[in-house]
Amino acid sequence: MFKKLLVATVAVGCLGVAGFGTLAWQPAMAPIAPPATASFAPELVAKGEALAGGGYCAACHTRKGGERFAGGYAMETPFGAIFSTNITPDPETGIGNWSEAAFARAMQKGVSRDGSHLLPVFSYDHFTKLSDDDVRALYAYFMTRTPVHATRRPNGIPFPFNIRYLQAGWKLLFFRPGRFEPDVTRSAEWNRGAYLAQGLSHCGACHTPRNLLGAEKFGNAYGGAVIDNWVAPPLTAGNAAPTPWTHDELYDYLRTGASKLHGTAAGPMFPVVQGLRALPDSDIRALATYFAELDKAAERLPYVSGAVSLAMSSTLAKEGAPIDPDARLYITACASCHYNATNAPLATRPDLSLNSAVHLADPSNLIQVILRGIGTEEGMPGVVMPAFGDALSDSDVARIAAYLRRTRTDLPPWPDLAVKIAAIRRQYEAAK
Amino acid sequence: MTSFHINGRLVIVDAEDDAPLLWVIRDAIGLTGTKFGCGIGMCGACTVHVGGRPTRSCVTPLVSVAGAEITTIEGLEGKHPLQTAWADHQVPQCGYCQSGQIMQAASLIRDFPAPTDEDIDAVMAGNLCRCMAYVRIRNAIKQAAAQARKVAADE
Repeated sequence: MFKKLLVATVAVGCLGVAGFGTLAWQPAMAPIAPPATASFAPELVAKGEALAGGGYCAACHTRKGGERFAGGYAMETPFGAIFSTNITPDPETGIGNWSEAAFARAMQKGVSRDGSHLLPVFSYDHFTKLSDDDVRALYAYFMTRTPVHATRRPNGIPFPFNIRYLQAGWKLLFFRPGRFEPDVTRSAEWNRGAYLAQGLSHCGACHTPRNLLGAEKFGNAYGGAVIDNWVAPPLTAGNAAPTPWTHDELYDYLRTGASKLHGTAAGPMFPVVQGLRALPDSDIRALATYFAELDKAAERLPYVSGAVSLAMSSTLAKEGAPIDPDARLYITACASCHYNATNAPLATRPDLSLNSAVHLADPSNLIQVILRGIGTEEGMPGVVMPAFGDALSDSDVARIAAYLRRTRTDLPPWPDLAVKIAAIRRQYEAAK
Repeated sequence: MTSFHINGRLVIVDAEDDAPLLWVIRDAIGLTGTKFGCGIGMCGACTVHVGGRPTRSCVTPLVSVAGAEITTIEGLEGKHPLQTAWADHQVPQCGYCQSGQIMQAASLIRDFPAPTDEDIDAVMAGNLCRCMAYVRIRNAIKQAAAQARKVAADE
């Protein structure tokens, strides 16, 4: 009896493994001779260039100081460091011998040309929504770049996560392949925004929290997440900023890198805004429409001016407290740029009583910007915020952050300021 | 190599990415009107304009101003209404902080064309003057703001 049970169990197990193997197995696609640049229509290449901007491919596929799209950028994940790949058309180290079908399979199914499963740090779970036409245009764009010979750096992922075959199991659990399905009950603009957000621009890759196996939590789309000591804030109505992200605020932020009532695009959000410059205004408006609806801005719209006045009144009333040494520190280091005189804050004086970073549950973004500052290219074009990393001690940074939290919001104090500042300080020093 | 415009002139600087902009302006470019005070962005002596905004150059890393338009006290060419007012009110005593004071005040009167005492205190509090010329600084700012308003009204 026992023997029979054992045999049956083993048989079922073998069948399962065989079934999984069949499912997981993907054939290699034959290498091709790199196609000539002239074989791609210039319009198709131009379209691909705009799409590559909208998907900000360069942000991950370029290492600091490296050739564009040649890979080597380190992505720190809970499973170890993963280095991005070379997507220039170099036949040996890049995608030069990839056919269009192989490229499309990578984008839409997350499988490499050689048949191995790609890791989900490559957001194929979003790119699967791209239309065949858009994938074709991207292929045309990348195959017409200058080939760069750049050997891939091996990933630092430990066993068993480095077994590519197991990725098929991950896909079985979390990957829903398929092109974008428009919602016919919504406007064309909303659908375009949804297509860009869910597909090409893969906003959820950062803004949606992930489960223990690194997959986006379907039930908490755009719920906000922490990556690399930066907060990707919630893009839902759960966003903590005192005024809603309206269509206009979203448009300004995504188009110019700065919005008057929320702040500037810094850190990992900057390459996104930089990439989006390649897309036309209509696409940025579509994204704004999609996210303004998602965060239910319209329902909160009547309260915007009230919220601005309320938030600003805290600034105006509490600035003049020179006895408070924290206030004095803030006034000396920050107020010359951040002070506003009236209830109408100036765009060039980002008001911290309205700023997202001061209102988030996690102080990381505020600390990051105090330490690193903001360069000319980031955020508002042409202007900078100095880097106070070498000027302020950790305790000074903590005092300023706590002071802002205390006087600019009615939210509870950040409990873990010192720990966060120390962690971000380490990251800041290491990046030097 | 980092390039930017300073007082309308293109400069290309070969220095470390994290070299303070102040050192580059004074030592590499040779414009010494901008002063070193505290080195930690707390006294305002090193204030210049980056993209028209007052910026503490001692804590601004060179790499972050790539492609920027920078104006220093030399770029005002002695013709700014603030500089006239400064002379009228005999503002400077030792003079060390004055270029930073003027650069900061220039943005103040642009942002707040009719600044109140509260506005002046809030914006100028980060610019220290060890000679305590604050009263004269405030009066000069008000005169320059009035002058700028008059020019704007005439135009």
